[in-house]
Amino acid sequence: MFQILKLLQVASLSLFLCICIAYSHPAQAENDTLTAEIASPVDLAVKDTPDDGGGSLTLSWKPSPDDKEKIGDIDGYEIFRASRGDTTLKLITLVPDNTTSFTDTGLDNKEEYIYAIRAKNTPFYSPLDYSNFARPKINWFRTNRTNMLVLLLIFSASVLLYIRSAKGGKSLFIRKLAGLEAVEEAVGRATEMGKPVLFIPGISELDEIQTIAGLSILGRVARITAQYETPLVVPVLYPMALAAAGEVVKGAYLDSGKPDSFKPDMVRYVAGEQFAYVAAVNGIMLREKPAANVYMGAFYAESLLLAETGFAAGAIQIAGTANPEQLPFFIAACDYTLMGEELYAASAYLSKEPLMLGSLKGQDLIKILLVGCIILGVIFEVFQIGNGFFTKLFLEQ
Amino acid sequence: MRTQLPVAIAFLSGFIMVIAFFVPESNLENFSQNLLTFVTIVGGFTLLLGIVSILRANIQVVKKRGKEWGFKLLLILTLLIMSISSFIWGTHEGTVYHWMFQNMQAPMMSTMFSLLAFFIASAAYRAFRARTKEATILLITSVIVMLGRIPLGQFLWSRLPEYTDWIMAYPNLAVQRGIIIGAALGAAAMSLRIILGIERTYMGRG
Repeated sequence: MFQILKLLQVASLSLFLCICIAYSHPAQAENDTLTAEIASPVDLAVKDTPDDGGGSLTLSWKPSPDDKEKIGDIDGYEIFRASRGDTTLKLITLVPDNTTSFTDTGLDNKEEYIYAIRAKNTPFYSPLDYSNFARPKINWFRTNRTNMLVLLLIFSASVLLYIRSAKGGKSLFIRKLAGLEAVEEAVGRATEMGKPVLFIPGISELDEIQTIAGLSILGRVARITAQYETPLVVPVLYPMALAAAGEVVKGAYLDSGKPDSFKPDMVRYVAGEQFAYVAAVNGIMLREKPAANVYMGAFYAESLLLAETGFAAGAIQIAGTANPEQLPFFIAACDYTLMGEELYAASAYLSKEPLMLGSLKGQDLIKILLVGCIILGVIFEVFQIGNGFFTKLFLEQ
Repeated sequence: MRTQLPVAIAFLSGFIMVIAFFVPESNLENFSQNLLTFVTIVGGFTLLLGIVSILRANIQVVKKRGKEWGFKLLLILTLLIMSISSFIWGTHEGTVYHWMFQNMQAPMMSTMFSLLAFFIASAAYRAFRARTKEATILLITSVIVMLGRIPLGQFLWSRLPEYTDWIMAYPNLAVQRGIIIGAALGAAAMSLRIILGIERTYMGRG
């Protein structure tokens, strides 16, 4: 009888303890081996990860007093997770010591989650520190990109404003681009010599904006070669650029009223590898001896291989790229070079359409704005004014 | 219709990509990622166009026994051997494709790339001739940078690498950044023109 009473006493005490633990924390860790040989991390907080599309929570905590600055003081921190309704906490990760935050991803936006953390220094574990419940949510705007949105809006507004004023008949001054003025001269020279014009639209795929800029210039060059009935050769590296360049050249010949002069083989797919392409194009330069070589688009290590061969072949050469590291090579080996933005401005410059020219003026306005920001930023940072406003505006966001 | 449909597609695709850059909603992000994957798929299909183009141009020359027809025949044969063998035996180690790539294509590409050393020497010779004030400044600067990057420069004057680093980190980087900012704005303006349908020259007509 006494033993039964003692058993009942132990059982009720255990039940009481279980109820107390269950009410204080909704779930318990798996393989809980609590010891007090190592101090616990504290103030575990969990909140929705900002600027994301949901499914993620960010945890932060203050490190265990036993986690000193030296790496390897402890093994790290074990992080446990449970959703509301779970009976046990599940170990999700072990983060290294000196870590005070963790982002948990792949969560359900409809669920609420609770987290627990403990320090681990084998064979010891600290007591668990629990977080509050939190639910991940979808954020509808990346606040860390606000500065870019503002710049985009100002940029779009200035471009549209100038386009509108150009539509209204206001004449817009655009400085002369010698490289583009020389295109007609180069084609004329090729016509006089009875040699073809070689146009290379870069070695990037059609998803590269420089290739699109190059194709726009190709349209203009093809119109001139169509008028003069000068042979045109366009070797390409990517099949998608082949299709687009083919359409551009065909369109230019149709617009010039010379559809019969267009030959599908003018635009050729010559190779799918960078240096195989160089070998093929250099072969064209040395065999067919084009009188004018036009390089417009994205170029990489092959820029000088092509331009030097063209120079050796005695062709007049016009190049344009937005890759700054390739510009010195083109400047050294070509007669005219379009640098960076000039490549993108070429189609507007050549078309002389007010709508296109308006976008160039809008671009200039933003450039003035950025130059102003750079000057102000330098002054503010040098004289320590504004509490790092410009650094925050351009670097930290 | 021939220009309106591509302009509409360009507008929608561009607009969605811009929105997805600012809005972190997962469905929108997935959609923009799928658009990029779609470009790769379309690129894969257009490879057939490339093969047709290369065969058409070279078969005609071989048929007519045109200039250097032997090289054209070699190109057609290697194209067929590499593609057919890769379909039959795959591209892993020990296959015909792998052997040809490792022992023929890769050394030929390396050879082409290594020619760059000679081209750089000839271009540098022309660019660095001190004919004008600007060319003289370029010559002096390049001599400092080149010497500062090799052990001989440090041997001649221990502080030379410091001056090289200063030239690269300040005047050189400032100019590069200026070009990059200008190019980025130019690319953004061109993208805006394409999205709004103002720029249509890349479609062939207009």
